[in-house]
Amino acid sequence: MANTPSFVRTQMLEPQDPPLGEKGVVKWIRENLFSGWLNSILTLVSIYVIYWVLAHILPWALGGIWNAESLSECREIRDASGVGHDVACWAVIGARWHQLLFGFYPSELYWRPILALILFGVAIAPVLFDTAPRKLLIVTAIMPFAAYWLLWGGTIWGPIVTALGFVIGWAIIKYGSATLGALGATIAAIVVPLLYWLFVAGAISGALGSALPIGIESVASDRFGGFMLAIVIGVAGIVMSLPLGILLALGRQSDLFIINKCSVFFIEIIRGVPLIVWLFTASLLLNYFLPPGTNFDLMLRVIIMVTLFSSAYIAEVVRGGLAALPRGQYEGADSLGLDYWQSMQLIILPQALKISIPGIVSSFIGLFKDTTLVVFIGLLDPIGLSNAIRADAAWNGIYWELFIFIGLCFFIFCFLMSRYSMWLERKLQTGHR
Amino acid sequence: MTIQVVAFALILAAIWFLGRNIVHNLEELGKDFNFSFLNSRAGYDINQRLIEYSNDSTHGRAALVGILNTLLVAFLGCILATILGVIAGVLRLSKNWIVGRLMTVYVEGFRNIPLLLWIILIFAVMTESTPQPRDFRGEDAEASMILGESVAVTNRGIYVPNVVFTRSLGGNEMTEAADGVEAAVIPTAAAIDWLLVLVLLVGGVFASKAIGRWATRTQEATGVRPPATFWMQLGVILGPFVVVMLVLGATLDIPELRGFNFSGGIHMRNSLIALWFALSLYTGAFIAEIVRAGIMAVSKGQTEAAFALGLRPNRTMNLVILPQAMRVIIPPLISQYLNLTKNSSLAIAVGYMDVRSTLGGITINQTGRELEGMLLLGLFYLVTSLVISGVMNIYNNSVKLKER
Repeated sequence: MANTPSFVRTQMLEPQDPPLGEKGVVKWIRENLFSGWLNSILTLVSIYVIYWVLAHILPWALGGIWNAESLSECREIRDASGVGHDVACWAVIGARWHQLLFGFYPSELYWRPILALILFGVAIAPVLFDTAPRKLLIVTAIMPFAAYWLLWGGTIWGPIVTALGFVIGWAIIKYGSATLGALGATIAAIVVPLLYWLFVAGAISGALGSALPIGIESVASDRFGGFMLAIVIGVAGIVMSLPLGILLALGRQSDLFIINKCSVFFIEIIRGVPLIVWLFTASLLLNYFLPPGTNFDLMLRVIIMVTLFSSAYIAEVVRGGLAALPRGQYEGADSLGLDYWQSMQLIILPQALKISIPGIVSSFIGLFKDTTLVVFIGLLDPIGLSNAIRADAAWNGIYWELFIFIGLCFFIFCFLMSRYSMWLERKLQTGHR
Repeated sequence: MTIQVVAFALILAAIWFLGRNIVHNLEELGKDFNFSFLNSRAGYDINQRLIEYSNDSTHGRAALVGILNTLLVAFLGCILATILGVIAGVLRLSKNWIVGRLMTVYVEGFRNIPLLLWIILIFAVMTESTPQPRDFRGEDAEASMILGESVAVTNRGIYVPNVVFTRSLGGNEMTEAADGVEAAVIPTAAAIDWLLVLVLLVGGVFASKAIGRWATRTQEATGVRPPATFWMQLGVILGPFVVVMLVLGATLDIPELRGFNFSGGIHMRNSLIALWFALSLYTGAFIAEIVRAGIMAVSKGQTEAAFALGLRPNRTMNLVILPQAMRVIIPPLISQYLNLTKNSSLAIAVGYMDVRSTLGGITINQTGRELEGMLLLGLFYLVTSLVISGVMNIYNNSVKLKER
């Protein structure tokens, strides 16, 4: 062949470093920030916006005053220090943190909500993380009654006697199925505890209370406030609305005509009207629907309303999950000979709930944020307390510090919830990517 | 079957129990159940109104003013939220690191902090850190109007120029707003002019759609798209509009400082502005996530296939990506609009007179008709949401993928 190469390299050349513009920081900046005229403009505008915001906020926030008794004292300190610009007066948070956190809860009893919160942490652990010891589920079962007793106080017999109702219902399902049949046992497990709570429970707890007066100082609902109120309403709503929402979703997917129509009616009515209207309904109208002379706690009404409201939203989310499952799953469960509840419990719900986790958690976040609306019916949530603090002559005119503190606390709670849901989603991911 | 009968019996019993209690309670309070209070004199003022209203008007009229106010802020909010949401959603997908992070901060910040706090915060910003009208006075004023001396941002609200018609069909309406009397957002005397303009614009849109269809038909028949189709479409919308504006003598009524306050132009109250911005920013954050998810849901193969067919990037976006992304985006988008409308009831926080403050607030307090008032209020929201979700279902069915 004529065109045999005259020179062939026999050994490999050492790879050279890439040109300076093609590696490291320079390359990253060029690719990510200045990869075209539009991108460059966007970058410059963003940098300017960030600079502008930080230049206004940082000196104000970082130069803040932490030790003062009133807003005027804050201003005196600021003027004395000779800072040219406005500075934050964080002292209000130091002076009023106990109100922002606990409302008007008696200060010598603060250990009770704190203990309840710690217990709640222990109780929620086995639900959130499957690595936690399973024995903790006992704490979870006791928790609602213990929390009620710790927060509101009073005789210990009330929560115990109420809890007994659930034990009765559980016992009927467990041991009555053999004699009554599955359907009969289910109906009896609903009806007997109801009758027990309505007619027997009050008398028993009264008798026990007079015979063995064990109890702690009771605290009325109107002493609750601040983040404690938001957390109590939020957690109670979340815990109760999830099972209710799942039941409603099953009802809406059900073939039984009456149950289906009732679920649809309930869900659409609740979702069609804003929460604030429901809260006003709870505070203004509930007396019309109750037997004359009964009157129950505003906070309890709010918890019930928030629960119903949130359960309708969760029902729609879970319905989406149920509808997303292929028909084959339902048919497969049927062909195995499982009855309705078995197939739901073992086949359908685990998959449907897994799909609906993001939606459910964002409903929870929405519920927690919506607890701020109770300020309009006279409960002292953090925003209501910020108004109360401002009504005091010492702190009249303080806005930003309180809002930032409240906003930050809400942000932390909600952000953690959404991160948890993303973690759970990744953990349960079984599909191929 | 047994379960159905038991459930039916339980529900009937519950309804009977509630109904008996209501009748009993009403009797005990000496109240009856009727809606005649809607025809009695309201006796309170509403500072923000779209239609004629005075304190001599009826409670029914007050409720109507409130409904229109709710719809106004919901409408404005939906538009702004869509714009913000689409921009933020697209920018969050951008390769530009700093822009992406900035949009993440925006989205997470608004999604994780209660809307109520944002409304109050923005209201406080509007009232606390904006200049007073008197700061605009004098030679070297502390504050000045922006956008070519036409918009004044004050702590009493924002004053923007208004379009007025010197040769109005509804009679001459160049009347000065008297002291203490606010000009409504859209002067009602000009309603007929605005109606005419609106009809022309809507007609123009339909005509331009028709031109587009004609052009497509021609293109399919002959292979050549008629030249200047786009300009014809634009002209048929803008042409009649410009002509009518000129005929009616449209001029800008620019707000100016008189005495202690601005007069002329449109006065947008702080309550409206704060509610509008907060609702838009809050809902915009949710819409951004929807838009992002929608775009990401269209698989990359679709783009590659379109390129393989020889479509240019522009057409790929319009003909391939967007139609598919829209199917994912629209249903949650509409449910966000619904949320925005329902959240507008938080107007109570800033004293904006929406339907909850008029019908569900002052009217109930004055007449003591909680049951009827709340029922009507609930019914309004319910009908609004059912209508919107009904429309959504029709749309969903029309774009649904046809499967077995």
